[in-house]
Amino acid sequence: MRLFDTNVQYIKYRVLKEVIRRACEGGLEEAYMEIPAIISPGPKATTRCCVYKERAIIQERVKMAMGGHAGNPNVIEVIDIACDECPIDGMYVTPACRGCLVHNCMEVCPRNAITIVDKKAVIDKEKCIECGKCTQACPYGAIIAQHRPCVQSCKVKAISMNEDKKAVIDNEKCISCGACVYKCPFGAIVDKSLVLDVIKLLKGSEGNSRYKVYAVVAPAVVSQCHWGKISQVATAIKMLGFHNVVEAALGADITLYHEANEWKEKQILSTSCCPSYVKFVEKNFPELVTYISHTVSPMVETARLIKRSDPSAKVVFIGPCSSKKMEYTLEKTGGAVDSVLSFEELQAFVDARGIDTTSLEELALNNASYYGRIFAKSGGIVQGITDLTASTGLEGLRPIAMNGISECRMQLARLKAGKATENFFEGMACEGGCINGALCITHSPRNSVDVEKYGSEAKEKTIDNSVKLFKMVSSPA
Amino acid sequence: MIIKVCVGSSCHLKGSYDVIDQMKALLKKYDVEEQIELQASFCLGFCSKGVTVKAGPAVEVTGQEGLFLHNVNKDNVEDLFVKEIIPLLTI
Repeated sequence: MRLFDTNVQYIKYRVLKEVIRRACEGGLEEAYMEIPAIISPGPKATTRCCVYKERAIIQERVKMAMGGHAGNPNVIEVIDIACDECPIDGMYVTPACRGCLVHNCMEVCPRNAITIVDKKAVIDKEKCIECGKCTQACPYGAIIAQHRPCVQSCKVKAISMNEDKKAVIDNEKCISCGACVYKCPFGAIVDKSLVLDVIKLLKGSEGNSRYKVYAVVAPAVVSQCHWGKISQVATAIKMLGFHNVVEAALGADITLYHEANEWKEKQILSTSCCPSYVKFVEKNFPELVTYISHTVSPMVETARLIKRSDPSAKVVFIGPCSSKKMEYTLEKTGGAVDSVLSFEELQAFVDARGIDTTSLEELALNNASYYGRIFAKSGGIVQGITDLTASTGLEGLRPIAMNGISECRMQLARLKAGKATENFFEGMACEGGCINGALCITHSPRNSVDVEKYGSEAKEKTIDNSVKLFKMVSSPA
Repeated sequence: MIIKVCVGSSCHLKGSYDVIDQMKALLKKYDVEEQIELQASFCLGFCSKGVTVKAGPAVEVTGQEGLFLHNVNKDNVEDLFVKEIIPLLTI
């Protein structure tokens, strides 16, 4: 069965698996030397110019799997030698141009940047604004847009080229959403893995006797591990050495409750659960930060619940998200979460430990309500808050789901200009929501269906019991 | 004394919240709210015997596990509370 969307993910997975196996069973010291030769055995190169370059790149991937470069505060890094220096020519006339009579390209160009020279269209780069109209107008499809996939994926324009044509990330602009990680066809942009920290935590717990290690899983998990039911995935996580598995959706229920109250008070509110979205607002709309909810994210809320009921507990979040690896280090989370794994890393961990996923027992995973679970998809919070305010008799809510950074930018510009008619803004950096997160194993339309189904299977249909639990745990009776 | 009601997934499915609601009412009914603190726990480790309730001293003492009650539900909780937990208070 094909596990991943792309070969890049598969290579990353193989590297992670080797690193994890060695961290658990020994041999980590030789990781840099041995793993490259295992993954790129040679003698012929398969992806790069020679086997030595392939191995050098794998070595860098090993480095990322082991935590990346400590000097770089960003969780997203460029592997310099893996960047293939893609062309950045913009609009490019291919030899398919026949120099026709109608030359639609010329007619449609708003800047008169196209002329016909020697029966071929020629684009004046000085004038071209790369609007792309000519690419659509040409009846032969002879004009193509050559943009770097990384640059195109980055909606905050944080990626540029250095003098060697290598991609460079501007950490000041980057919101750690990970879009470039998934989109770079050469796998040259990678998220740092914290899996060694997690293994250390698990080992240090001595079988959960010194302290207990809890896994908090994001609701998007349900669409990710197609080898088993969610209840079997929970068993597999427990077999990795975790004391227990708790749904992050439980915290989402509580987040929803807080946000409804906060909206009632402030009248204009934006969500705070997506750390990339929050960073985006901070960096691009500082005057709107005041509208961002003070409620902590479901990840942090769940972790706090656990730690209040078990103060020595350690919490590892498992999700689809690179920016959660950034969020957990933020001061405002107060160290609630001890480490973060991605679904890709979870898969590598499960396979590295040799867990037979075909015959796993089922472990109940059911704490949260329908609403907490559908937080994973764009529009989920809007639906939750709409139902919640309706059931409590609150009127006047006009919510909008901002799906992806481009839409967030557009709607926030309206809010800033005083033109917004809405008063509740759900912001998610990834298009589609967390179910389409950068570190998801699969990015299929089916994910949305899976999450909806998972939501409807929740024992709790409303957030009432989650809120009850929150109140009891935070201020014991 | 601290009473911990397991709210791990297995126990939750078997009705943790019913037990918690009942337990709150019982603390009031028997006027022991001052002596007993009610808490929740994410898995007490007896998933097949839920709902599990643990009654133990406020400060955990190594070697003293506390009292575990299994298969607690909203119908037997009062009975168990009176027979098993109340006597612990007098010690």
